[in-house]
Amino acid sequence: MGNVLVFAEHQHHKFTKTTLVAVTAGKDAAAKSGGECYAAVLGKGVDDLANEIAEYGAKKVFVVDDAALEHYTADAHAAVLAQLMKDKGIETLVATATAVGKDLLPRVAALLGAGMASEVVSFNADGTMSRPMYAGNAVATVAIEGTQKVVSVRATAFDPAAKGGKGEPEKVSASIDDAATRTRFVSFNEIKSDRPVLTEARIVISGGRALKSGENFKTVLEPLVDAMGAAMGASRAAVDAGFVPNDLQVGQTGKVVAPELYIAVGISGAIQHLAGMKDSKIIVAINKDEEAPIFQVADYGLVADLFKAVPEMKDEVEKLKH
Amino acid sequence: MKIFVTVKRVPDPNAAIKVKPDGSGIVTDNLKYVVNPFDEIAIEEALRLKDKGGGAEVVLVSIGAKVASEQLRTGLAMGADRAILVLAEQELDSLAAARIFHKLVNDEKVDLVLMGKQAIDDDANQTGQMLAALLGWPQATFASKVESLDSEAEKQGVPGIVLADGKAKVIREVDGGLETLELPLPAVVTVDLRLNTPRYASLPGIMKARKKELKEIPIDSLGIDVKPRLKVIKLDPPPKRQAGRKVGSVQELVQVLHNEAKVI
Repeated sequence: MGNVLVFAEHQHHKFTKTTLVAVTAGKDAAAKSGGECYAAVLGKGVDDLANEIAEYGAKKVFVVDDAALEHYTADAHAAVLAQLMKDKGIETLVATATAVGKDLLPRVAALLGAGMASEVVSFNADGTMSRPMYAGNAVATVAIEGTQKVVSVRATAFDPAAKGGKGEPEKVSASIDDAATRTRFVSFNEIKSDRPVLTEARIVISGGRALKSGENFKTVLEPLVDAMGAAMGASRAAVDAGFVPNDLQVGQTGKVVAPELYIAVGISGAIQHLAGMKDSKIIVAINKDEEAPIFQVADYGLVADLFKAVPEMKDEVEKLKH
Repeated sequence: MKIFVTVKRVPDPNAAIKVKPDGSGIVTDNLKYVVNPFDEIAIEEALRLKDKGGGAEVVLVSIGAKVASEQLRTGLAMGADRAILVLAEQELDSLAAARIFHKLVNDEKVDLVLMGKQAIDDDANQTGQMLAALLGWPQATFASKVESLDSEAEKQGVPGIVLADGKAKVIREVDGGLETLELPLPAVVTVDLRLNTPRYASLPGIMKARKKELKEIPIDSLGIDVKPRLKVIKLDPPPKRQAGRKVGSVQELVQVLHNEAKVI
């Protein structure tokens, strides 16, 4: 009987889809270990958030409300979660591998002396888990030994939890000592965009180095992106060339996406890029090199000059709307 | 000021990785090995902090078989001062690696540990955060900077991490933007791709590196628990995605997406 605790991440006092993904994964892990699924909400003034997440099926929601947790920092959050894991006798901690999840979970694992599996894509019936390694060129079956376990899950591998059940919020007070509050949050510069969030969009259109400049991302790619209501991504090559910021990078070292439709424009299809998008439902590749490896994973390939094809596609898509 | 930089020997990221038929690992015949690309960025940042900040000692640390000394020599050729290799033949998980680094850091008075955010073989992204926890130090993962890699500051080798008054100011890449943190030293910082472009080792650098200290320590002599908590049971090749078909025109593409795939 191993109970599971889901770390319910929130940003700007809101949960994102990735939090609901963690709830699904947590419930799945609990079902397979025959335990209960709980959630934890950490922050300042977060009672409403605790009530909100309680509606998604966690049996209990631990609420740690403390001024030291107002801005997320790894040291304070990890100290609180490790304490909670011990006090409540919880076996497994689960969160989604977001920037916060990646930053936080290993720290908790080390505080507990627990093993950790990152970017897990499935919990198997025998207690093992599956996770990609080598940029997705191998799928590893792994097991964590010991009394406690820490698991981050890949956001694209689980569906967001639907509403159902009413968990019970339980206030827990934390003793956060000075050693855990030495990191000072200075500022957050949001990259504002009216487009859907890359990791949550139904359609993602990514550009590669063949776009040749940041200006071409704006004048050639963006009109199609907006006509389709899509999120914009990029290959590492395009990011390295300075065409677009790194938070648009799709791939092994960037974001992992699995939209219903992924359109790769002028992207050759390096292993590292495929690692970030190959689980998309439909993949389209537009590339003038018909030998480009991207065509080996594409459902539909168009061998064409992107500077002609992309504006044409925008016009065709707009025609569909009328 | 003493800066530790961790270095992992990993397969060349551009190599085609194949899983062995028995699932016990990857095919390593003729596989080229390199310094983990993120660790190269960490080495570069340490060298910049040394160059611009005046007189830090940059110490490279690695864990692995004797051949990992090749990667440490590469880092020494870039300009690091000395290196430590913990000799280990067995498989280690991130927690074991963090425990080994913990011991090494405690044995010397280290002010800053710089690490790659992840190794490109196991893609775990854990060791830096775990080391920070074991040391009880603050951490900043995914260090980046505002200036682009084409900027003038980058050309002049300006470090992205700012050290002043016993503190490190770090700009981090997080979901939806850039976050700035200030950490009192000592601290652990893991680096992301956009922090810098690593230098190449010069010929004189390579010559000098041969004479630099590279100390080997057998793992058993450290007397720490390195039993892996995370066990890799087997590897399988990923499910293959079938190649689809080529379409003849943009019109046809939009039609099939609309009528056949029904995604637009």
